[in-house]
Amino acid sequence: MAASPAGGTGLVELSEIVKIYTLGEVEVRALDGVSLTIGAGEFVAIMGPSGSGKSTLMNIIGCLDRPTSGRYVVDGVDASGLDKNQRAEIRNAKIGFVFQNFNLLARTTALENVELPLLYSDRLTSARERHERALGMLARVGLAGREGHRPSQLSGGQQQRVAIARAMITDPAILLADEPTGNLDSRVSEEIMAILQDLNEQGRTVIIITHEPDIAQFAGRAVAFRDGLIVSDHPVSDRRLARRKESAA
Amino acid sequence: MSIGWMRVANIVKVGLQSIARNKLRSALTMLGIVIGVACVIAMVAVASGASSSIQAQIDALGTNFLMVFPGTTTQSGARTFSGSSNLSVEDAAAIRAECPSVAYVSASSRSSAQVVAGELNWSTQIQGVDVDWPFIRSWNLSSGDFLTDVDVRSASKVAILGQTVADALFPDGRAVGATIRIRNVPFRVLGVLEKKGGSTMGQDQDDTIIAPYTTVMKRLEGRSRVGMILAAASSPDRVAEAQREIDGLLRQRHRIGPGQDADFMIRSQEEMASTAAASSKTLSVLLGSVAAISLLVGGIGIMNIMLVSVTERTREIGIRMAIGAKGRHVLAQFLLEAVVLSVVGGLIGILLGVASSQLIARYAGWPVALGAGPVLMAFGFAALIGIFFGFYPARRAAALDPIDALRFE
Repeated sequence: MAASPAGGTGLVELSEIVKIYTLGEVEVRALDGVSLTIGAGEFVAIMGPSGSGKSTLMNIIGCLDRPTSGRYVVDGVDASGLDKNQRAEIRNAKIGFVFQNFNLLARTTALENVELPLLYSDRLTSARERHERALGMLARVGLAGREGHRPSQLSGGQQQRVAIARAMITDPAILLADEPTGNLDSRVSEEIMAILQDLNEQGRTVIIITHEPDIAQFAGRAVAFRDGLIVSDHPVSDRRLARRKESAA
Repeated sequence: MSIGWMRVANIVKVGLQSIARNKLRSALTMLGIVIGVACVIAMVAVASGASSSIQAQIDALGTNFLMVFPGTTTQSGARTFSGSSNLSVEDAAAIRAECPSVAYVSASSRSSAQVVAGELNWSTQIQGVDVDWPFIRSWNLSSGDFLTDVDVRSASKVAILGQTVADALFPDGRAVGATIRIRNVPFRVLGVLEKKGGSTMGQDQDDTIIAPYTTVMKRLEGRSRVGMILAAASSPDRVAEAQREIDGLLRQRHRIGPGQDADFMIRSQEEMASTAAASSKTLSVLLGSVAAISLLVGGIGIMNIMLVSVTERTREIGIRMAIGAKGRHVLAQFLLEAVVLSVVGGLIGILLGVASSQLIARYAGWPVALGAGPVLMAFGFAALIGIFFGFYPARRAAALDPIDALRFE
């Protein structure tokens, strides 16, 4: 596993990131000067108990939020000073989100859910191209034949696969997964981790946020947070390879 | 396809998808606009139908038409309406001779009587008139001849029947040339008037008999004064002038000074028309405002549902924003939903409004009139309501923060 390159060549470069929330009169320093570099092709697990600042970090890496101070460069673009619309463009083009509760649009077919990011893309695509790419993505996550299913007709694991397909459709630089297995049992969790490992092996940078050490074992590098600071950052020594689902093609 | 169009097409696709996904909610949202637009169209149709039928009835009387009624007289210091008229045959003759703006004049005397023809009888009114009468009332004969000067001068016992009387007394249609008895006086039927229909007041104008005014005054009533004088101005724009001329002449003949109350009244068709127009306008305004209010309520209904929908779909908005939707995408989506709902609702409302005004015409027997104007206006108004009431909820949706929206349960 490539070690994090020093000297500003990482895909994700966070330097001295501070994030302060003001709740009434109380200031909460969710991130207290965090510097972290993640190189292209890494598989990083960001760990820590709730309140440690890992979700705040995810929001900043995912360009959902801006740091109070510090500099954040993603894929060569300084994202710390971007406005709402520019951040939306970065999210669409460079970041694929996978959420704990899947966050698929209800009453919408798997295929339409996967096509959705392309509708908001600055790179315009024809309806046929969207259709074909979405079909290809669903096949890659083992859901060929379920294109017409709605989220309510799919199991949790299947819904998360649709979410991964949706995250990958714009070919983003980073796959950012927030507790991707939090709502799944251990067997299905391992299947999801297998898909993420596959994607990582094909060169995709994967960042997962988790509080489960078991899940972090599937990553290549573990970064632990506590009270808004990094307390440890090291390669995973006894990395596990997830078992593939037997039936998956 | 150009790039701009593809962007618009994407937003339209997203908006239409969400309408299709919530069919019941979409239908209920539309309902307010459907009812509002249908209401406007039906009410406008009824109101303009009513006013155009009133106008048609007034026009049927003849637009140049003037009536001179006997008025109040002052006797021993008390103003009363004397039972006997103070208009004379000579007054009518003077109007004919001395008023240049008056084209036709007819003295008139009314009576009512039981009319008998063979076995059949009919109770109706008898109007004694002069030879000018058909021109004043713009009323032609359907068969036979009208009165002649000789008939009037010699007080001949001749009559013209209105269509209703002719049908009642001569079901076989052979009225012309027959003899009828009015108060036991035999009259020869000269002709039958064409059908005129109901008047503005709802009376059957065809339930009448026309005879020379001399005959009615002398042989039926035994009066020497005329009931009223009918006149027609030479053209519609000379009605006011004719009215002034008659007023001046009769004041002079009746020896009434300029400041004094006249003992007669002159009514023009114009005055009656403006009264009727004012009342039908009141009706239009009343019906129109009820309809406009219902359309407004429909618009508020759209805003209400859209606001609820924005709250209910906060998470959806968060998801869309997380995967790259910008504020304007979300704004356009919700605005488009509101506009599509109100436009489709407006179209359904037009169909419903047109259909219901046809039903009103058929089953209530009311006259309805529907032009393209009110239909287009109602439709345009519905679309504007969609934009207006859709904008606020859409802006609220667009202003959401993706992190908060995603966290929303």
